Amino acid sequence: MSTYAHKKSFGATVWDYLTTVDHKKIGILYLIAGGFFFLVGGLEALFIRVQLAVPNNDFVSAGLYNEILTMHGTTMIFLAAMPLIFAFMNAAIPLQIGARDVAFPFLNSLGFWLFFFGGVFLNCSWFLGGAPDAGWTSYASLTLESDTHGVDFYILGLQISGIGTLIGGINFLVTIVNMRAPGMTYMRMPLFTWSAFVTSALILFAFPALTVGLFLLMFDRLFGGNFFDVSAGGNTIIWEHLFWIFGHPEVYILILPAFGIFSEIFATFSRKRLFGYSSMVFATVLIGFLGFMVWAHHMFTVGMGPIANAIFAVATMAIAVPTGIKIFNWLFTMWGGNIKFTTPMLYAIAFIPSFVAGGVTGIMNAVAAADYQYHDSYFVVAHFHYVIVGGVVLALLAGTHYYWPKMFGTLLNEALGKITFWLFLIGFHLTFFIQHFLGLMGMPRRVFTYLPNQGWETGNLISSIGAFFMGVAVIILLINIVMTQVKNVRVGNDPWEDGRSLEWAIPSPPPFYNFKQLPLVRGLDPYWIEKMEGKKEMTPAEPLGDIHMPNPSFLPVTISFGLFVAAFGAMYHVDDKNWALPVLIIGMGITLISMLIRSVKDDHGFHIHKEDLENEDDKGGRA
Amino acid sequence: MRKRLHKWRLISIFAILALALSGCGEPFLSTLTPAGEVAKKQYDLMILSTVIMVLVIIVVTVIFIYVIARFRRTKKNENSIPKQVEGNHKLEIIWTVIPILLLLVLAVPTVSYTFQLADVSPMKQKDKDGKTKDALVVNVRANLYWWEFEYPDLGIVTSQDLFVPTDKKVYFNVKSSDVKHSFWIPAVGGKTDTNPEGVNQFWLEFDGKGSEKVKNQFYGKCAELCGPSHAYMDFKVQTLSQDDFKQWTQDMKNLKKPAAEGNLAKEGEEIYNKSCIGCHANTANDSRPEQARTAPNLANFGDRTRIAGILEHNEENLKKWMQDPEQVKPGNLMTGKYQKLDEHELDALTAYLMGLKLEQ
Repeated sequence: MSTYAHKKSFGATVWDYLTTVDHKKIGILYLIAGGFFFLVGGLEALFIRVQLAVPNNDFVSAGLYNEILTMHGTTMIFLAAMPLIFAFMNAAIPLQIGARDVAFPFLNSLGFWLFFFGGVFLNCSWFLGGAPDAGWTSYASLTLESDTHGVDFYILGLQISGIGTLIGGINFLVTIVNMRAPGMTYMRMPLFTWSAFVTSALILFAFPALTVGLFLLMFDRLFGGNFFDVSAGGNTIIWEHLFWIFGHPEVYILILPAFGIFSEIFATFSRKRLFGYSSMVFATVLIGFLGFMVWAHHMFTVGMGPIANAIFAVATMAIAVPTGIKIFNWLFTMWGGNIKFTTPMLYAIAFIPSFVAGGVTGIMNAVAAADYQYHDSYFVVAHFHYVIVGGVVLALLAGTHYYWPKMFGTLLNEALGKITFWLFLIGFHLTFFIQHFLGLMGMPRRVFTYLPNQGWETGNLISSIGAFFMGVAVIILLINIVMTQVKNVRVGNDPWEDGRSLEWAIPSPPPFYNFKQLPLVRGLDPYWIEKMEGKKEMTPAEPLGDIHMPNPSFLPVTISFGLFVAAFGAMYHVDDKNWALPVLIIGMGITLISMLIRSVKDDHGFHIHKEDLENEDDKGGRA
Repeated sequence: MRKRLHKWRLISIFAILALALSGCGEPFLSTLTPAGEVAKKQYDLMILSTVIMVLVIIVVTVIFIYVIARFRRTKKNENSIPKQVEGNHKLEIIWTVIPILLLLVLAVPTVSYTFQLADVSPMKQKDKDGKTKDALVVNVRANLYWWEFEYPDLGIVTSQDLFVPTDKKVYFNVKSSDVKHSFWIPAVGGKTDTNPEGVNQFWLEFDGKGSEKVKNQFYGKCAELCGPSHAYMDFKVQTLSQDDFKQWTQDMKNLKKPAAEGNLAKEGEEIYNKSCIGCHANTANDSRPEQARTAPNLANFGDRTRIAGILEHNEENLKKWMQDPEQVKPGNLMTGKYQKLDEHELDALTAYLMGLKLEQ
């Protein structure tokens, strides 16, 4: 254990986390917040499945159902999957490239708090007159028609958390470009780092489209703009384009890091170097690039005409090629390997058939003329859940087990982990496989109920039963987490024993400065190379010296909180509430003053002195 | 072990049986029982893409099962370090090129069919009166939560039940008068969005044989989330032989002024003229502009198959609907547009509306 983790009072721990700029702690914050929203979104999913279990059900009303389905999608994508991806990126990327932190630690914290307050703001809608009800896509004509403040919560909440995501993406781009340890060339970076790099680039280009779209929608809703108001010469299809120019890359923003996590797991537990590393890198970049050229395949039925439809159909099909390359590379990583079936590896193995199923239905959807049948039916619901649950969520669960020791210094119980895995996998296929057929049998998506005698009863019942398997699996995971942390059995540097990349060369959890001396990287899988030469640790690339560290800061919380307050003011200003404008001004004031303080106050950070580091010998942190 | 295997076998048999029993869905609603040229083309594409995809899945599965069965870590090889393979150019080229070829096989019919399904050129051929020459054109207007079908060349407006001739291409102009909806008759062809800002055009063909199988009635759906009652925005398609369709258009045109029969119905007509006529027309040749047509046309209401698109067509349900539409279709625009009706008024209106039929 390093010295900084000595016992602290509860209040001090909370203050520590509120002000931290340490990527490892921010990773934990992302994990907790993202995990919480994942539970909320999961609960909403269960409500949906209960409502649809039998025809003509009245478990929830029509309007409430639309709120639940909107919040399920929005929460899962923006508030659960994205932050959980960021949790693992924060926890692992700086360690994998041999850095002491991200490039901008303060911004890292700011990114988290913006996401957090945006998410909280969005969920406040439940208690303040109703949640957004126009679907996670919030197509403009329906959004403008919606008469509660729900969609205003959606617009402002996503705007705030979106800034956080954009900041996070830029931060990781700069970190990966600038902060790599000596010898860590681009083509020696672990694949998770590569995928985080490409994902960050996608965030940089995709999120502005969403920001623009949300701004236009905000002007329409709050200030009487006419961008999407057809009767005033607006056009709602522009919203669809803006949304999907963001929305499609968003899918790759989620799935690429998932690919990255699985690539690490396959290599580790097959005890083998990743097969076709350079083609994997190439495929990742190519997927990221093509991801921007295919957004209109979400709009085949909009009436873009056969030329646009055909172009986007063929472009979409092209993405199957790099994805296929990846699948085969993973299979051949395992080929000839020495496979250990740990919990993370089980998730990785189950991911292959699950994701292939999601991928091939994606190709089926790309067939524009046939998509006129699939579009907005349960076939599409099945497809994207196969991709997002079968790809992203399995990766997040795998990552939770895989990186848990590095984040918390303990190993999650393997037996419980495997029970979670089987329940979740069975539940997942039970829920979503049958939905392909429901869609083909004519069931549209986003219906709050259905009439009997349309041939949909059996399928929906099976689907609902499956959902509860997943629910139980998640509960067991929570029990596992609590049990593990209560027992608190500490683990060493390389708890999986076959770790290959740099993070496994240092203690779990690492000291707050990560590396006492920056390591010298001599190839792909640097730690594995050293291990194979019989060494226990990395060769240092620099002499022991003072380490410059950033100071903690409370300002990210206040900057984000100010926007949170201001959003309420902006929203209720429409209702002519006389307190709205002052609230807006106070909120913006808090943000701007915090930013001013940050700008004018010199904060040079502090140094850990060489002597202190020497005293810490044998206590880890050695490169 | 053996017992366990046996159990698994039983379970899988049941699973397959369940699938077979549920089969391809209801023929009036399922894309898997295509009853028209468009749906058939789309079905062909589904089959082609499924075959290719199953091929891919088989290859992956075989390698997958072999790998996880063959290369497990056991007590024996616990400490062995496998050879660290960098890659294999030949293999990598193979699994790059073969998918490209497979996709080409899929891309060609995709592009060709996409253009075929978008071919609406006969709609554009007009005679000197401005009417479409040969093609039958239907203007579909989607509204919160009902459908209007206008036959511009025939001067007929109807709602909720779409009447079409079989074995002949029918061309559609679709649009929305409020939020975005999507027009979908799964068994006959894929959907087209009805946008608030412009007209989309496409065509469908209703198969005569397929129609017989479903007693000449297909189900239509709204496929785009449009508000609370999106799930209830159903319509029905009544298919007629080409001769019957001619007859139907004639009857609709001749249906000038509906005559109420009996005292009760007469009373109903008065209530109708007082409370309903502002929105609902009761003749098929409604010449008002579409902005004025804010509620379903009731000309052939007595012949409809559903009340409000969803309830069984009987007097009890009609009364239920008129008494409190919100109860039946949450968020509909009829609620609160008329004064509350008492029992007697409901009876009278029901008698009148149920009498609005083509054939007396």
